[in-house]
Amino acid sequence: MSAAGYFSAAKPRPLSGLVLLTFAILLSISGWVYTDIVQRGSLPANLLAYTAAFIAIFAATHIAVRRFAPYADPLILPVVALLNGLGLVMIHRIDTGRQLVAQADGDQAPTAMAITQMVWVGLSLVLVIGVVFALRDHRQLQKLTYTSLIVGVLLMQLPLVPGLGQTINGARNWVSLGPISAQPSEAAKLLLLIFFAGYLASAREMLTLGGGMLWGIRLPHARSLGPLVVALFVGLGTFVVQKDLGMAVLFFGTFFVLLYAATGQRLWIFIGATLILLGGALGYLAFSHVRVRVKNWLDPFWDTQDQSYQIVQSLYAFANGGMTGVGLGRGNPRLLPYSENDFIMSLFGEELGLAGLIAMLLLYAILIERGLRTALIARDDFGKLLAMGLSVMFALQLFVTVGGVSRLIPSTGLTTPFLSQGGSSLVANYVLVALLIRISDGARRPAPQPVGFHRLSTTTAGMVGPAPVSPPPASPPPTPPSPPGPVNPPPTPPRSNP
Amino acid sequence: MNRPLRRIALGVLILLGVLLANFSYIQAFQADELNSRNDNARRLTQAYSSPRGSIIVGGQPIAYSQDSKDSLKYQRIYTQGPLYAPVTGYFSTVYGSTGIENTQNDALAGKDIRQQFRRFFSTSNQGKSAGGNVELTIDPKLQQVAAQALGNNRGAVVALDPSTGAILAMVTSPSYDPNALASHDRQTQVKAWETLTKKKDNPNPLLNRALREAYPPGSTFKLITAAAAIDKLGMNPNSEVPGPAKLPLPQSDNELPNWDKTQCSPGSDTTTLIRALEHSCNTTFASLGLQLKAAALSDEAQKFGFNSTFEIPMSSVKSSIPTTMDQAFTAQSAIGQQDVKATPLQMALVAAAIANNGTMMQPYLVSRTTTGGGGVLSQANAKSWGEPISDQTASMLRQMMIQVVAQGTGTKAQVPGFTVAGKTGTAQWETGMNTHSWFVGFAPAGEDEQPTIALAVFIEGVGKESTDPVVANSQPRAAPVAQQVLAAKLQ
Repeated sequence: MSAAGYFSAAKPRPLSGLVLLTFAILLSISGWVYTDIVQRGSLPANLLAYTAAFIAIFAATHIAVRRFAPYADPLILPVVALLNGLGLVMIHRIDTGRQLVAQADGDQAPTAMAITQMVWVGLSLVLVIGVVFALRDHRQLQKLTYTSLIVGVLLMQLPLVPGLGQTINGARNWVSLGPISAQPSEAAKLLLLIFFAGYLASAREMLTLGGGMLWGIRLPHARSLGPLVVALFVGLGTFVVQKDLGMAVLFFGTFFVLLYAATGQRLWIFIGATLILLGGALGYLAFSHVRVRVKNWLDPFWDTQDQSYQIVQSLYAFANGGMTGVGLGRGNPRLLPYSENDFIMSLFGEELGLAGLIAMLLLYAILIERGLRTALIARDDFGKLLAMGLSVMFALQLFVTVGGVSRLIPSTGLTTPFLSQGGSSLVANYVLVALLIRISDGARRPAPQPVGFHRLSTTTAGMVGPAPVSPPPASPPPTPPSPPGPVNPPPTPPRSNP
Repeated sequence: MNRPLRRIALGVLILLGVLLANFSYIQAFQADELNSRNDNARRLTQAYSSPRGSIIVGGQPIAYSQDSKDSLKYQRIYTQGPLYAPVTGYFSTVYGSTGIENTQNDALAGKDIRQQFRRFFSTSNQGKSAGGNVELTIDPKLQQVAAQALGNNRGAVVALDPSTGAILAMVTSPSYDPNALASHDRQTQVKAWETLTKKKDNPNPLLNRALREAYPPGSTFKLITAAAAIDKLGMNPNSEVPGPAKLPLPQSDNELPNWDKTQCSPGSDTTTLIRALEHSCNTTFASLGLQLKAAALSDEAQKFGFNSTFEIPMSSVKSSIPTTMDQAFTAQSAIGQQDVKATPLQMALVAAAIANNGTMMQPYLVSRTTTGGGGVLSQANAKSWGEPISDQTASMLRQMMIQVVAQGTGTKAQVPGFTVAGKTGTAQWETGMNTHSWFVGFAPAGEDEQPTIALAVFIEGVGKESTDPVVANSQPRAAPVAQQVLAAKLQ
């Protein structure tokens, strides 16, 4: 699987992306219409207005991406659009259910969360456009390595500021100012990732060629490890003080995976895993809400009416869905607390069944796989590490949330990417995707002609990019040079990029 | 850097695979177990949100779902709650379900595979009847008469058609109103439940006395002892049998007296089998039990269904008789005391088997299930449960039971113009307490007549027995209750 030469030869393929995006939008809108027919027996109000708005924002994003990042992987945006569309459908479906209940019981109708979420989607997409427009080369971020560290760490301290921070479900990880509340750790996780990638890209060699050996691992010089350790402990300390263990696991896991990727030393993975388990054990001893969650994981039926109510209802929702689900709009979100948030996957499980969950996991898998492939073909260390960090962090967040609600692991209380209601997480994940799009564009763009001084990683075993390119004068989009690799001559584009 | 990267990609893929495997495990393998947990209100709540089918007796719904104006959408309504509660059971969002509501849930909720198939192809299930209907074998007139005749006494009446096993009436008393447990208001349900299940002085209305509790059958069990004597000792109604006033029990200092402390046939310590049954002589049947021995006696009882459960479709508890007993216990068991216990359903089946020439039919309550649209989902077929006795034995027992009602202990069950066969029973269940009263029988029982009803009436003895014979004798008895039910069927 010498994917590198293969994929870096991508042509801009405006059509396939557009077709897939259209499909994603159509599917989302059909889902929306379907839930209203099932629940209310009528078409949604404002069908045309919302459809137009939904199409408009995604079309604008698509055009911006085509214009400013023409070589970017065409699958990323459609997959995200579909996941986010499904999330919106489900949040709207929960809204409708609550409104109908309120109406029947004669109560005041609750505010529609889906409209707020839609506004957040709009804002996020504006931000995506902004990122691909303003950030023409991801390596610009490498210059902000230490700035990211400082801003990231500062952001994480915000919830600890008295009067600003808020404690929700045992974790003090929210800030609220007037009507706006946000989770600054969502932004901080991206900034810290930029720091890790930037730092490891430049300190990579020092890390591997450093000081003495200990248990087969080459210890880096304290000088080169120093900033990393400081960042790690400041980050970790903050998470412990905020008691947000989900974020700590995410942060730690990604960090050690990156360390492994940068050095190639597998021991880092074991060290990371050990530290996570150790941290979990300390959290268990220190925090009562962690103890309850572990207990709920080991024996979910110990207190079904109170302490373990949520996880039990989640399991019941999955079970009720069975293989094919009870159908969109026919589940029981009223029995499922936080069905619009942490437990949205359980509601998908109930209404779409195992079949639907498999499809959704495949969508996530495609997205993550495209991210990792971007890392594989990126031409610079920073791009590789950043793309990989983004993908791994995304995958870990998915694993921790979905595994938590399905009792694979103790629940930690993170949001499900692109599905859950909530602005901070959505914006952060869209920025994550925008960065991936940007790196992907750079990685798949035909190699620039005067071989760039920044192409550092050609040393690693022929995996990267086309070998120094044979000279047909480079002309950007219209006629990309065919890759010179002897193995894969793919001038037939449709097959090369499924 | 690409080598670790590929490994990481593989690792991430494994993580997603584990998530998928876990979903598959929960949704494909664990689902049934999770769905059937008692504290899972999901299925019931869901059932409330779509119209549930009706339970129908004599063409009229006795339980149905009505559009409610609140968020649970459909309200379950029981038209004559307490009368039919022993059959319908309840259907509660908090406490689960029992009775037909529980056992026929698939049909009522529309979960039958054929109903699901139909719904799959319908575009919308809004307002369409999703559930199927369950039609019962109950005869509303008999049910009504039996409940009235039983009145406020604790007890049960089970009547069935001996030739098919179809249950015509099943009343237990005291009963309860399932409407309160189907309330959409949780508090109403909780209050009703707490009253029904309170610890102190509770007549236990949720207990289905016809099915779910076995009582000492007393002298009605003598029918089985008589059947064993005919089958295993080669006797007939005119055989000479012992009938002293008292029978000393072997391996014991106790003596077993006749209920009136006299000889069965005045002036003689022997009598005939027919007279012994007519007068319900304890000494005769106890000594027959000693002749038969424990194994033969329990074998005969098991052929009638003792030590088995019946699914009607609710399951009964087992009527019990030990397979080994010492002699004193065997003698006591032969007259339906000591270690023998029977449900009213079981004793009705004994009468039905005798009425049906020795063939006992499988008892059932559901005559058919239909889809909301009227298509038939299932139809009951009369099935034989077994042949506890031969044709001849059955006819000898019938002859003797006719005498019991004509001139013996069961005269209060006579229906003018019809031949009634029966056997009374009085069972001591605790010293000094009022006795249980039984009657089992069938009609019309004349020669060449095919009986259309067999029944068992059971009235529980409650409270201390009075030393005043007038008060003691005014205790409610089962035979007059049986008379009213038989008359309602025959006339």
